[in-house]
Amino acid sequence: MSTMQDPYASSRETTEGTVFSVTGGDWDSLVTEIGATKEERVVVNMGPQHPSTHGVLRLVLELEGETVTELRAGIGYLHTGIEKNAEYRSWTQGVTFVTRMDYLAPLFNETAYCLGVEKLLGITDDVPERASVIRVMMMEFNRISSHMVALGTGALELGALSPMIFCFREREKCLDVFEMVAGLRMNMAYVRPGGVAQDLPPNALSKIREVVKELRRDFKDNDSILIGNTIWMGRTAGVGYLDLAGCTTLGITGPVLRSTGMPWDLRKMQPYCGYEDYNFDVVTADTCDVYGRFLIRMNELEQSLRIIEQCVDKLEKLQGAPVMVADKKIAWPSQLALGGDGLGNSLEHIRDIMGESMESLIHHFKLVTEGFRVPAGQVYAAVESPRGELGVHLVSDGGTKPYRLHFREPSFNNLQSTSAMCEGSLIADVVAAVASIDPVMGGVDR
Amino acid sequence: MTKEKDLSVGHGLFGTSGTGDTSGFGGLVRSVAKPGSSERPYGGYFDDVADDLERAYPDFSDAIERVVVDRDELTLHVKREKIAEVALILRDKLLFEMCLGVSGVHYPNETGRELHVVYPLLSMTRNQRIRLEVSIPESDPHLPSLVEVWGGNNWNERETFDMFGIIFDGHPGLTRILMPDDWRGHPQRKDYPLGGIPVEYKGATVPPPNERRSYR
Repeated sequence: MSTMQDPYASSRETTEGTVFSVTGGDWDSLVTEIGATKEERVVVNMGPQHPSTHGVLRLVLELEGETVTELRAGIGYLHTGIEKNAEYRSWTQGVTFVTRMDYLAPLFNETAYCLGVEKLLGITDDVPERASVIRVMMMEFNRISSHMVALGTGALELGALSPMIFCFREREKCLDVFEMVAGLRMNMAYVRPGGVAQDLPPNALSKIREVVKELRRDFKDNDSILIGNTIWMGRTAGVGYLDLAGCTTLGITGPVLRSTGMPWDLRKMQPYCGYEDYNFDVVTADTCDVYGRFLIRMNELEQSLRIIEQCVDKLEKLQGAPVMVADKKIAWPSQLALGGDGLGNSLEHIRDIMGESMESLIHHFKLVTEGFRVPAGQVYAAVESPRGELGVHLVSDGGTKPYRLHFREPSFNNLQSTSAMCEGSLIADVVAAVASIDPVMGGVDR
Repeated sequence: MTKEKDLSVGHGLFGTSGTGDTSGFGGLVRSVAKPGSSERPYGGYFDDVADDLERAYPDFSDAIERVVVDRDELTLHVKREKIAEVALILRDKLLFEMCLGVSGVHYPNETGRELHVVYPLLSMTRNQRIRLEVSIPESDPHLPSLVEVWGGNNWNERETFDMFGIIFDGHPGLTRILMPDDWRGHPQRKDYPLGGIPVEYKGATVPPPNERRSYR
């Protein structure tokens, strides 16, 4: 509270006016105190630790009464230098780094990166079909789990608690699938250049079928709470307006772009990983507002389930097919095995390299320590992540490590639109608008 | 396709130096060249893009230094004085409505063209992608800003300034975005060290990643 003494940010007089420090407490006494000044214009610093800013995002709001006249977003609080770090690791190790960028959509980061590496290597067509289908299935589960966070925390920030409980219940089921398949619940480093780290465990497909059935049943809980709800509509309809022209000039993609009625989805327009072989619809809305984006995310859940079902059908037919390129100079030598404590070395492989074949040991050692060389050049590969176009710009100098790795993060680009969405609106709508963009600060700051 | 001059030259095999080289591999010299200019036909829709741009932009041959088609991607290398003109024509006449970011690359070996700026462009109307690339010297790292053309370049140019020290003239507020405001240096340049501290583990010392022996 303003009367409280904060050693780091005390209330004081500056040339710009009085600075108040608010850390919680009684709102009325603060309003009385601010009301004593003649100034109509108030500059509010929201974040970087504010619970409604989706992570460490800082918003500087200039207010006239309750109206936002200017909004500036401050980012960089979660910068980890992943792009620089990756220049010092092999191409395969890069997966482990990039999966930590947008931590709600790790499989999309991995897949985009691997598609880039494969394009540089010229082996895009050699990736086995089973690997592509597994990638698609995992990405669609990831889309559901990411949308669940977007919807759940978005509702929570607007004061609705129940959707969050339901969303995290559903998200849990997706994470269980990740754990079953990849051994980890997030940051799995499961997609590797040339394929995926390991094949599905036995009985995975029947479990996935069950999960899909449960998810489809349980999504109805959220539908019935939020869709058409008067309070929810009041907080979201007509809020955070951004039309198609605004989206194109600001480079906005994903649900925000589709909420303007533009059916732009890379899975349909520029298919990768064999998305052209699946039946699904691109969900759009024509309201350009928070409610439209919310509806798009809700309806994309069903489309993801449809794709997952088709994946399971395909995987049943591809039983026993390889999940890594045949080229042993690129394919990771050890076939990992899933143990009780996560992914680990396969005993069979250890027996082979340690006890039977010296050449296998040399090959394993060379590929793991040195990595493979990638011909010089640059590529741009993109996937449709839950937040929009996730692009990766990769440059190789012919070495065993990336020369330059740059991620075109949809969160980073979409977050720029907060000013356009919020200026002129009420301060309460800022939270709704930011939630509808669904920025993940790990991706924004990288 | 012709090859460009050496992008990087590597010496030795596993980065050893100062120790006795009994294998002889330490004397290896390995040079790598980037893909060079391409000749027509470029293939696919790339010829259409090049034709359309030539028709819409009379200075085409002057502004475009070279055209590279590599791995099914078209890259137009543009002179830096012309980048704003070319960008505006690509947006208005060729309908590349979206610029998907600004990525920098630092090639310390390319004297006079050390810093490269790469703009991936997307046309939703045409469902096509192209890439623009501009190279500028490290001693004069100025480039016209494209925020007027694609508003979304605002943060992207700030990031490229932050990471590479490229100054975008005409940018409405070119400040650091990811690093703290008082940070010194530009971390993504190749001469900027990764940093890191050696880690001691069971009596042995593991050097930081940029000092470990590796294939260079």
